[in-house]
Amino acid sequence: MQLTLEFGGGLELLCDSKKIHNVNVEQQNGEDKLTMKGLLSWVKTNLIKERPEMFMKGDTVRPGVLVLVNDCDWELSGQLSTLLEEKDVVVFISTLHGG
Amino acid sequence: MEGKRSKVRMCCLCNQSRASLNRPKTLQQICRDCFYLSFENEIHQLIIDNHLFTPGDRVAIGASGGKDSTVLAYVLSKLNRVHNYGLNLFLLSVDEGITGYRDDSLETVHRNQVQFGLPLKVVSYKDLYGWTMDEIVKLIGLKNNCTFCGVFRRQALDRGAAFLKADKLVTGHNADDIAETVLLNILRGDIARLSRCSSIITGEDGPIPRCKPFKYTYEKEIVMYAYFKRLDYFSTECIYSPNAYRGFAREFIKDLERIRPRAILDIIKSGENFRISTNTKMPEQGTCERCGYISSQKWCKACVLLDGLNRGLPKLGIGRSRPGIGCKEENESRGVKSIESKQCGSLDF
Ligand SMILES: [Zn+2]
Ligand SMILES: [Zn+2]
Ligand SMILES: [Zn+2]
Repeated sequence: MQLTLEFGGGLELLCDSKKIHNVNVEQQNGEDKLTMKGLLSWVKTNLIKERPEMFMKGDTVRPGVLVLVNDCDWELSGQLSTLLEEKDVVVFISTLHGG
Repeated sequence: MEGKRSKVRMCCLCNQSRASLNRPKTLQQICRDCFYLSFENEIHQLIIDNHLFTPGDRVAIGASGGKDSTVLAYVLSKLNRVHNYGLNLFLLSVDEGITGYRDDSLETVHRNQVQFGLPLKVVSYKDLYGWTMDEIVKLIGLKNNCTFCGVFRRQALDRGAAFLKADKLVTGHNADDIAETVLLNILRGDIARLSRCSSIITGEDGPIPRCKPFKYTYEKEIVMYAYFKRLDYFSTECIYSPNAYRGFAREFIKDLERIRPRAILDIIKSGENFRISTNTKMPEQGTCERCGYISSQKWCKACVLLDGLNRGLPKLGIGRSRPGIGCKEENESRGVKSIESKQCGSLDF
């Protein structure tokens, strides 16, 4: 499934300083549909090159990292259980840098 | 397509548009336009309720190029326009002289100057003190540099504000910052700062009062606002900020927020409700004999540090005579890489 992933607020530094990644991701861990949970584990393995603890804590993003699916706060769509669809845009922004 | 997302949640305020944000403060699910309005109105209400400004005031906005001060500059100039505050707004930036960090963030501030149409004044450590942070770090290493940075920045902002003939200095400290500082001051037993850090206006007895219009504004909302409005801000960490102790406090606050978002407001409230017991001695304010800046000692902290630097004894003035935990813990936690803290000194009140 084609997805656009965007990293901001300093998170781009963890993935080769590239903000926008057009990726192709299939269902993870035997799920029949791709969820945010599956996407996060894919991102951790495939995109994050350094200091993964700045991005993840346990099986979710670390507190202070905002997630938007198609410009909508993922807290409204079920966070980890949010189902992803073709051409979705997922944005990760760290709130933890700078003032 | 029939999926969970075809069941779109509507905004609980207008019921017209799709909800885009879960507000941490109220847990309301609201659309972008209602979010902008609530966000701006709450700051307006805080400004009015606390009489932060008087018409004709010259107001310096401490601008680092980061998210908080960028959103603050944007929102303040908008409110000033919409509600006719009659303020003269200025951007005020401090150039610490940190290659690869401050020079990049200052470029952001220069762009903001154009985007928001606000005049900009930059004061530099080099001009004020004769030293850049790069030069100081070369001399003293990475151990105590945040002490220098924090003390120097505070005074640099005051001097820049004086240059601008500003009546008020506003900073972008947000609710998360203030909750974190309340916690740190409790951990340090620093009663004087505990009561100071949670008040919306400080330094009314000093040369220029400082205000924090974002005192109750959640960091999440500031970042969401900047994202939705596509505001241009800088988000790289200070290369000299190994402030691990503060980092742990931040992480703790964020963990609490995830479980119960109200926790941030409750911690601020605790800070506000602490009263100083009569047997706690508050330091008396005077002026520095050397440079005239406010100081409770013969020389102000910046002059003590500078004297050490200039005499080649940079350790001078770094220890604190006050009981409780000083900067030592913050700066000596070797090996623990700070991964979340704000740039050093930016949170000192
Ligand atoms: Zn609405
Ligand atoms: Zn002095
Ligand atoms: Zn610094």
